Amino acid sequence: MVQAHTLPAVPRLFHYGSVSRDRRRALFWSYFFLVVFAIFFLTPPIYMLLTSLKTSAEISAGVSPWIVQSPTLSNFYGLLTDPKFIRFFWNSSIVSILVVTITMIVSVLAAFSLARMKFWGSASLATGVFLTYLVPDTLLFIPLFKMFAWVNETLGIQLINQWWVLVILYPTLTVPFCTWIMIGYFASIPKELDEAALIDGATWFQTLFQIFIPVAVPGIIAATIFAFTVSWAQFLYPLAFTTSADQLVLPVGIITTLIKGDVFNWGQIMAGALLGAAPPLVIYAFLMDYYIAGLTAGATKG
Amino acid sequence: MDLSESVALIKPPKRRPKALERFFQRKSTIAFLMALPLMLVIFGLVAYPAGYAVYLSMLNKGMDHFVGFDNFLFLFDRDTFWMVVRQSVLFAVTAVIFKSIIGFVVAHFVHNIPAKGQRKWRGMLLVPWVIPPAMSTLAWLWLFDPSYSAFNWILKEIGIAAVPWTGDADWARFSVILVNIWVGAPFFMIMYLAALKSVPEQLFEAASIDGANWWQRIWYITLPMMRNIISITILFSLIVTFANFDIVRVLTSGGPLDSTHVFATWAFERGIISGDIPLGATVSLFMVPILGIAAVFILRDINKRGNEA
Repeated sequence: MVQAHTLPAVPRLFHYGSVSRDRRRALFWSYFFLVVFAIFFLTPPIYMLLTSLKTSAEISAGVSPWIVQSPTLSNFYGLLTDPKFIRFFWNSSIVSILVVTITMIVSVLAAFSLARMKFWGSASLATGVFLTYLVPDTLLFIPLFKMFAWVNETLGIQLINQWWVLVILYPTLTVPFCTWIMIGYFASIPKELDEAALIDGATWFQTLFQIFIPVAVPGIIAATIFAFTVSWAQFLYPLAFTTSADQLVLPVGIITTLIKGDVFNWGQIMAGALLGAAPPLVIYAFLMDYYIAGLTAGATKG
Repeated sequence: MDLSESVALIKPPKRRPKALERFFQRKSTIAFLMALPLMLVIFGLVAYPAGYAVYLSMLNKGMDHFVGFDNFLFLFDRDTFWMVVRQSVLFAVTAVIFKSIIGFVVAHFVHNIPAKGQRKWRGMLLVPWVIPPAMSTLAWLWLFDPSYSAFNWILKEIGIAAVPWTGDADWARFSVILVNIWVGAPFFMIMYLAALKSVPEQLFEAASIDGANWWQRIWYITLPMMRNIISITILFSLIVTFANFDIVRVLTSGGPLDSTHVFATWAFERGIISGDIPLGATVSLFMVPILGIAAVFILRDINKRGNEA
């Protein structure tokens, strides 16, 4: 079984009977519980996939829900040819790309300034960045909603129910954490490097773009992935700030338009949820180490 | 001729750089300008709205006059409010405890197996954290469906009565907590795994030689070595869980009969759906004390960590 792989192939001179038996038993139970937890963690996504391959008739037929009898891609085909769904996907993509771009520009510049250049109050600003990261969206959405309504009343700019308002809102969630990660990365670059550059006559911008950014590429990738995942998954802001079908992003679009009253078209809902989960999952599959680096950086850096 | 020309070039310009020009070449000015967009985000879109929420909470529903603490007093009189308080605390505390335990246990098992398999297992176990919570909660909603629940189908096969996952108040409370544990436990697993990797192997070897059993090794070596990261992760998760919105909103929308509402979803219900912005702001402000306390402790732990390093 599983333990067999871990046994050393070379014959041993001494026989550590009880130690190796203990080790084997520990290994067996480790694998046993890992399988149990993997089942717990993977059941919902797998069930999502199973349901998305079924027709509505098969779902309501009363047969075992855990088996797909006649797999079909019609749910995916139906969604990918639906202009409304395409619109959600497009909105989500453009919002995420814009937010990631803005976030990275703002946080790289600010992190460089806070980690290296320093000015009056920069130390307390760095602490402020971290505190801001701890302020949740659920505390901010009501005052922001009222502020945007006020902008509409006094300046006549309609902010609510426009997809691009999300590009203004999401940086409140992405910028603090990305700045925090980047401060950590920049602070770990040896001082001699930028001192040498400055002595050679480089400007601060040259130091940033030709020395710091190339050295901190892993941190930049981790921060970019974080910003993308957060903007793609954000649910509260679009739910509160956008309502018309052509302004919705993917998660809100699926939940508000595919779930129609009591007529649950679950095959299509699960297909939609799977397509909504796909971009972060694909990024995660290819860049797992950067993803995890970003995840753990918040607590291990600084 | 050539020589005189180049001498003229070398000669410093008579005109002194203007004060403004000098100001813009100063290091601290450039630094300030580079951090300016960040400050706009922090002060304009986070600090100002947070303060504005306090002001909003002291207005009447029509937002045309100041009512002081009337909104707070109004809430104190309502049973639903106290139910939301109890549910929010129960939700956050229970979920964080279980996430922490499961994360610790799973991290240990992953750490236990041979190094070459660890990557694969870690990758698989982190999937719940990667899927957008609103999307994965849809899968749970479907697993909990009143008439087509896949869990109830299994229960029926082994002869147990169907469970009203989201229909009954207590079961619905259990369900939202379960989904939250499912989403959050992988985060604890990954943090604890990173911490476990940083515990020097020699400590365990020394303990084994001294005859320590596995429980003593965990209690006297692993836990003290991981103490800091455990407390940061728990405090951080407490904030996120306490402020959670997506799971409750998608799974139960606060029902049945408001029994699963937490502060965030109830504030949304009052403030955006019912259009009572001041009351919604008041409800969301009740998250502040717990967030504040957790934030103070996180900052303290992070500073401590910085000093140790």
